[in-house]
Amino acid sequence: MNSQWETVIGLEIHAQLATKSKIFSGASTAYGAEPNTQACAVDLGLPGVLPVLNEEAVRMAVIFGMAIEAHIAPYSVFARKNYFYPDLPKGYQISQMELPIVGVGHLDIDVDGVSKRIGITRAHLEEDAGKSLHENFHGLTGIDLNRAGTPLLEIVSEPEMSSAKEAVAYMKKMHELVRYLGICDGNMQEGSFRCDANVSVRPIGQKEFGTRAEIKNINSFKFVEKAINHEVERQIELIENGGKVVQETRLYDSVKDETRSMRSKEEANDYRYFPDPDLLPVLIDEDFKVQIKAELPELPQAKKQRFKEDYGLDDESALQLTSSRALANYFEIVVKESSCTAKICANWVTGDLLAALNKADLEITDSPVSHERLAGLLKRISDDTISGKIAKQVFEELWQGEASADEIIEAKGLKQITDTGAIESIIDKIIADNMDQVEQYRSGKDKVFGFFVGQVMKEMQGKANPGEVNKMLKDKLK
Amino acid sequence: MHNKSITELAKSLRSGEFSSVELTQAFLDRINQHSALNAYITVTEERALEQAQQADVRLAAGDAELLTGIPFAQKDIFCTQNVKTSCGSKMLDNFIAPYNATVVEKFNQAGAVMLGKLNMDEFAMGSSNETSYYGAVRNPWDTNTVPGGSSGGSAAAVAAKLAVCATGTDTGGSIRQPAALCGITGLKPTYGRVSRYGMIAYASSLDQGGPMTRSAEDAAIMLQTMAGFDEKDSTSVDLPVPDYRIGLTNSLEGLKIGLPKEFFGEGLNSDVAATLEAAINEYRKLGATVTEISMPSFKLAIPAYYVIAPAECSANLSRFDGVRFGYRCENPVDLTDLYTRSRGEGFGKEVKRRILMGTYALSTGYYDAYYIKAQKIRRVISEDFKKALSEVDVIMGPVTPSTAFGIGEKIANPVEMYLSDIYTIAINLAGVPAMSIPAGFANNLPVGLQIIGNYFAEAKLLNIAHLYQQVTDWHTQSPKGFE
Repeated sequence: MNSQWETVIGLEIHAQLATKSKIFSGASTAYGAEPNTQACAVDLGLPGVLPVLNEEAVRMAVIFGMAIEAHIAPYSVFARKNYFYPDLPKGYQISQMELPIVGVGHLDIDVDGVSKRIGITRAHLEEDAGKSLHENFHGLTGIDLNRAGTPLLEIVSEPEMSSAKEAVAYMKKMHELVRYLGICDGNMQEGSFRCDANVSVRPIGQKEFGTRAEIKNINSFKFVEKAINHEVERQIELIENGGKVVQETRLYDSVKDETRSMRSKEEANDYRYFPDPDLLPVLIDEDFKVQIKAELPELPQAKKQRFKEDYGLDDESALQLTSSRALANYFEIVVKESSCTAKICANWVTGDLLAALNKADLEITDSPVSHERLAGLLKRISDDTISGKIAKQVFEELWQGEASADEIIEAKGLKQITDTGAIESIIDKIIADNMDQVEQYRSGKDKVFGFFVGQVMKEMQGKANPGEVNKMLKDKLK
Repeated sequence: MHNKSITELAKSLRSGEFSSVELTQAFLDRINQHSALNAYITVTEERALEQAQQADVRLAAGDAELLTGIPFAQKDIFCTQNVKTSCGSKMLDNFIAPYNATVVEKFNQAGAVMLGKLNMDEFAMGSSNETSYYGAVRNPWDTNTVPGGSSGGSAAAVAAKLAVCATGTDTGGSIRQPAALCGITGLKPTYGRVSRYGMIAYASSLDQGGPMTRSAEDAAIMLQTMAGFDEKDSTSVDLPVPDYRIGLTNSLEGLKIGLPKEFFGEGLNSDVAATLEAAINEYRKLGATVTEISMPSFKLAIPAYYVIAPAECSANLSRFDGVRFGYRCENPVDLTDLYTRSRGEGFGKEVKRRILMGTYALSTGYYDAYYIKAQKIRRVISEDFKKALSEVDVIMGPVTPSTAFGIGEKIANPVEMYLSDIYTIAINLAGVPAMSIPAGFANNLPVGLQIIGNYFAEAKLLNIAHLYQQVTDWHTQSPKGFE
């Protein structure tokens, strides 16, 4: 990228709130139903119907506002955003304009180990539109209104990101946060979490913003990065060739990997916002905020800090373990139940378990190894029933999900041998069979010690207690 | 039997003098006989007789309410399941509502018999019922004159006794003005008293359904059924509904009546003024005291209303786009064509005029000058009413500047037409309840007296109207040919 130019990015993220019913009707929000089976009279915008606000959506918006330390508006207002489109049943979208429910807040992101605070201008509640389906209708357009009326929280950032990388970091952080808060399932394929990116460039040192283009409806982290990088290149090239960026809405085409113009500012709608007379202003009092605050889960940042302090974990493990609430919970239960050190638990969870989950493309919530079973396994390490090495073997069995660690150890005879008599006789045999190596060791070649350990373990099929083996070998080889 | 009040009919139905089926048939016959009035858009004969039959079963079982078996009619603005609900528009000429408005549901539960759906100005926009796609309604007192609007079909039907009573809706006077011009009793309740769910919206912050009847007592009975909180309407108010009949005969001794001097000035027909003066004298005889008050914001009501109501309607009517229901133009070539022709062909002139006015008022650059300004005026008007109603119990005045005007007389001049609601519009902006009751005649046409009360003072208004109707007989008089 040209070093004379500076990029300015602001994101508008649409997070679909995980309410059971729609924001203004009782219809279900479940994804994937037959077209138009989850749209009631209100969603269809029939003559005479009226919206009734879903309190759960308000609660979720307030939870979000508190998580980003934002001002929660004691008085917010729904407004009608007027435009015609076939999948917008009423000819207006109920949104919030002048008085949004969540005011100024912030989110801290990390890029290449450097922390940066991104301002959040506002977050407001609105209803989603339906979907226009252009395929398979013999040249006509089908309309599915199942999604119409699904609650969205639109989170608007300040134009404070200066690279695609930062934008991706912000989006990922936001994605993690809303899932943490349990207010959005974060499913990007289904469109539950998507964003519009406002992108402009300016010569380094210039104060005024350049003219921005808005890239609409990006639904993956990869596409955000690509779309922004493309748009930045396009704008720089345009300006350097004597052209001018025009304010417009653009669409990112992930197949062609380019952005193209949807509509210019001149063609833009005048949305004629005005307060929706069918809905009362939303009033939020202190009691409600206190109640929400008490219910607020520990946030990722705080959790990570606590994991470092309480469990003595390094930064990376703490970050990894707190990447989702479910994983963090899993880890904490394992620590509590296994009586192993937190470090061993962390190694197991971030190591074997996550590797297996990744390989099987499973979420922690779908793990075939429950936290009880993993804790059961680690317990047997801590009480020396099995060695770490045998434990890996047991874990593979656990993954099959048929038995507990104890049952596997029992059935397969994997119990560690701590009987010193048995170990001693093996050691004696090994020493007797390998006198050359004994000589080498005694003449100062310490490395040979490993050879003896290996031989003993091999003879005992790995079941000998390694500590015991070490101690006795050292005595015998003296 | 068509001249009886609801309580009289209820008595007859219980005594076995006649059945609901017989009563319903009598009204169906009258509707048929007087179809030239054009009061009904749809007569639901079969359904009415079925409901009457069911009502007779309830009556026989002793499980009946006051309205059980009473034939009434709905303004065609209330969605009625499996019945055409046109809102007086070509746009909805093919619309069979798939659900019931809350008000319809309530009358169903009460066992009332719906005779049909009444004519109205298109989407409730009009003051003469001439904007209806189904043609003008004729005023039974003089069939060359208008019945008023937008609930013109309701007023004409009740005056001509083509229904015992009817529902109406009032956004700027649409219950009271036609009630006045047709010599019946009409009540616009406090905004939020009657659910708007299923009532096709014109201007959401002003629309309010209410009863249109021949007497205050009948209005009390109807309102009892219509009023109440509805969780489907966020703007309905969660206050208990009082018994509206219990205080009907309370004494008016010491009642303080305020007459706004602005209501009796220029613009008010002198014969109408004289009739009202006589009516107010009756109240003096009933023990009321009368004082002159001032409503300085009165003249601002029409301009404020014609910003707010069109602004809201411009959005409310966007759903009529030819996509999901209602009128769709033939062979649209593309989306824009579908929209412009469906709406261009489906809406009438007055509706289009108000959509355009509202769209303009909400547009970037005009919003503050029009919409915000109008909202400020609305607050001033509300304050004026609150202040006045803290000094007097009720405000009285004219409903309309004149008696019923001729069909075709004002339709070409919208501003003149808008001025016929000059005494009613401010009430909607403030949200207070108001009634129109028959107060006499001027040039052989009915004159209405308006009674305006404080928020949720419907019982008081009904009491004031009822006592007047005990000492006068204006409300029992029949137009010629409709006795």
